[in-house]
Amino acid sequence: MSANVRPRSGSKRVNRRLRGLLRKEWLQILRDPSSIAIAFVLPVALLLLFGYGVSLDSKHVPIGIVIEQPGAEAASLAGAFRHSDYFKPQFFDTRQEAVAALRAHRLDGIVVIPSDFAARAKGNRDAPVQVIANGVNANSARLLSGYVQGVWSTWLTRVLDARQIPMAQPVEARPRIWFNPEVRSRNYLVPGLLVVNMTLVGALLTALVFAREWERGTLEALMVTPVTLREILLGKLLPYFVLGAGGTVLSVLMAVYLFQVPLRGSLWVLAVCSTLFLLAALGMGLLISIVTRNQFVAGMVAIVATFLPAFLLSGFLFDIDSMPAPIQVITHVIAARYYVAILQTLFLAGDVWSVILPNAAALALMAAFFLGLSRRRLNKRIE
Amino acid sequence: MMGARIVALFVKEMLALFKDKRSRFVVIVPPMIQLVVFGYAASYDLNHIPYAVYDQDGGSAARALLTRFEGSPTFRLTHNIQREEEIAELIDARKVLLVLQLDSRFGADLGAGRTAPLQVIIDGRNSNTAQAALDYTNRIVSGFNQDWTSARGLRGPPVRLITRAWYNPNLESQWFFVTGLVGILTLVVTMMTTAMSVAREREQGTFDQLLVTPLRPVEILIGKALPGLLIGLFEATLVVVIAVFWFQVPLQGSLIVLYTGMILFLLAAVGVGLMISSLAVTLQQALLGAFLFMVPAVILSGFATPIANMPEPVQWLTLVDPLRYYLVIVRSVFLEGAGFPLLVGQMWPLGVIAAVTLALAGWLFRHRMG
Repeated sequence: MSANVRPRSGSKRVNRRLRGLLRKEWLQILRDPSSIAIAFVLPVALLLLFGYGVSLDSKHVPIGIVIEQPGAEAASLAGAFRHSDYFKPQFFDTRQEAVAALRAHRLDGIVVIPSDFAARAKGNRDAPVQVIANGVNANSARLLSGYVQGVWSTWLTRVLDARQIPMAQPVEARPRIWFNPEVRSRNYLVPGLLVVNMTLVGALLTALVFAREWERGTLEALMVTPVTLREILLGKLLPYFVLGAGGTVLSVLMAVYLFQVPLRGSLWVLAVCSTLFLLAALGMGLLISIVTRNQFVAGMVAIVATFLPAFLLSGFLFDIDSMPAPIQVITHVIAARYYVAILQTLFLAGDVWSVILPNAAALALMAAFFLGLSRRRLNKRIE
Repeated sequence: MMGARIVALFVKEMLALFKDKRSRFVVIVPPMIQLVVFGYAASYDLNHIPYAVYDQDGGSAARALLTRFEGSPTFRLTHNIQREEEIAELIDARKVLLVLQLDSRFGADLGAGRTAPLQVIIDGRNSNTAQAALDYTNRIVSGFNQDWTSARGLRGPPVRLITRAWYNPNLESQWFFVTGLVGILTLVVTMMTTAMSVAREREQGTFDQLLVTPLRPVEILIGKALPGLLIGLFEATLVVVIAVFWFQVPLQGSLIVLYTGMILFLLAAVGVGLMISSLAVTLQQALLGAFLFMVPAVILSGFATPIANMPEPVQWLTLVDPLRYYLVIVRSVFLEGAGFPLLVGQMWPLGVIAAVTLALAGWLFRHRMG
């Protein structure tokens, strides 16, 4: 069927046809509850699981303290580690035992207090304390050595104060961390997880829809009726938009009330930006299923193009500025990137227009692009 | 007889999967591209972080400290600030991640032997990046302090800390993430191919026909599992090759250990995929099931955030995640050169998962009729 054969119709009839399609889609959704499960159960379950499960704040890290020769100095340093909330220290007499435990993954790091520690420290000679971290997870190793350093300097300041030796520290860095002073990783992970969830939901809701109708041949049956392609697209988009919006609202409520992430921006900005993002995500799903026409390929493309990029390239976990330039260019085609920037700002900082406007514009552009392309591709393939 | 039947089924399965050009393409090409792209993207290391300087002192000591930041590959100076309000403007708009502020007494304090403060204002919207940036800042400052004290003949603290990282001396997070991606991409491809295999036949009604042939459920199971296993092996080998030759991740351990772990992991992944597939009545349900398993399996595998940070109940859940064990195996073999004795504890759970899921899948073939 081509555009000029299509019967011209008054707006009333368009509305009726669209209503018919919407009704059909709703019935389909209601009878096969998997769509409702995707829209409501999936985001809630994933957000619960990830909100609690994903954390970069380590506590009770197993660390080995090797005290080669017991003494007052060594005991007081060991005590400092015992009182730290970050570590769960185990004590060893020899370095070999601790190293064996490190190799067997029972420890993440070792602090070796050498046998001549007390003598050297008293004599004000250089007394090195050795720290060995398992570097396989570089980030954890860096955090571990940072925390050891922290425990160490607190202890050292106390000891030197007691002996009335001024600590030679010419410059001291005094950090002020804005928006998230207690450095709670959940505050930035939960908005990011929300984005990963909604990307998944948006793409899943629509990616399989068209592909399934192609495989079953029901789309061609629809084509020979008087409905226009635009109506078919709208008939698919609107119900899933409503479902996705419901899922988003649920997720935001959970973020604020369950995970206690502060929401400092205004609700209407959040609503507008989320609408734009959802349209982009649904549009991408529609495009995937229109182009692939095959549920296996559609499913594969959906996971390749949505979940993993939203997880790894959106700036939700990994800092985009630190990526090599070509990879940074690639991140610009990931809708999740813009939504992550908006959500992290809206939740933690407030309505910062210089962040929100460009990112919202990018989302609007992507939504228009995906929906427009879906419309075009659908047209071409029919003739 | 049995062998011939299995071969016939195996050939049919491979044809079903690979006769379509696009199916071939999506199984092979995207995982390779993703490994390369994500291998560069996934890193907690900071590079060229934009920062601004608000130097109210302007003296030579201040300059000396700031030069160190300018020389660091971690930081990239983008703005010099003149007014206090600009700090908020730049940070709010995410133009810079941190602002270094030196007040007007900085040089005087330093010269008089008092501790001079360096204010570091950091954007905490991403708390991990903020913490890492602060860490790098502290390292630069302590380097400056050391040189300053030794140049003036002052004594530093009598005792000091020397830190070394084993297995990864330069703390390159790329090694950690590339080896992790090896596991994720293998899982995605294997799960997708197997999760579709039974459900597709159920939807088209050909599975019932398969059940009335002389093929026994065990034979159907083997015929269905083999393609997934082989594709997984092929895919895993491909990504391992890319990890070693493209990303130059050192492969310290033996290939035999790596492949033993890999085959056990693939069997577990195939088992889960087939189980989902035989539970599903339609292809859509199978896909959903695969997604529902895969997404948590990836996020809770310890790929990006340590399992030890999770609350107890979530940690129990990860015990049924094959990826969790496989990531430890891949990373230990690659970076630590671990052998069988250390990794047995990771391998037997994979064997158990594989045995249970494969048995369940075989049972479901007969007992769940669409």
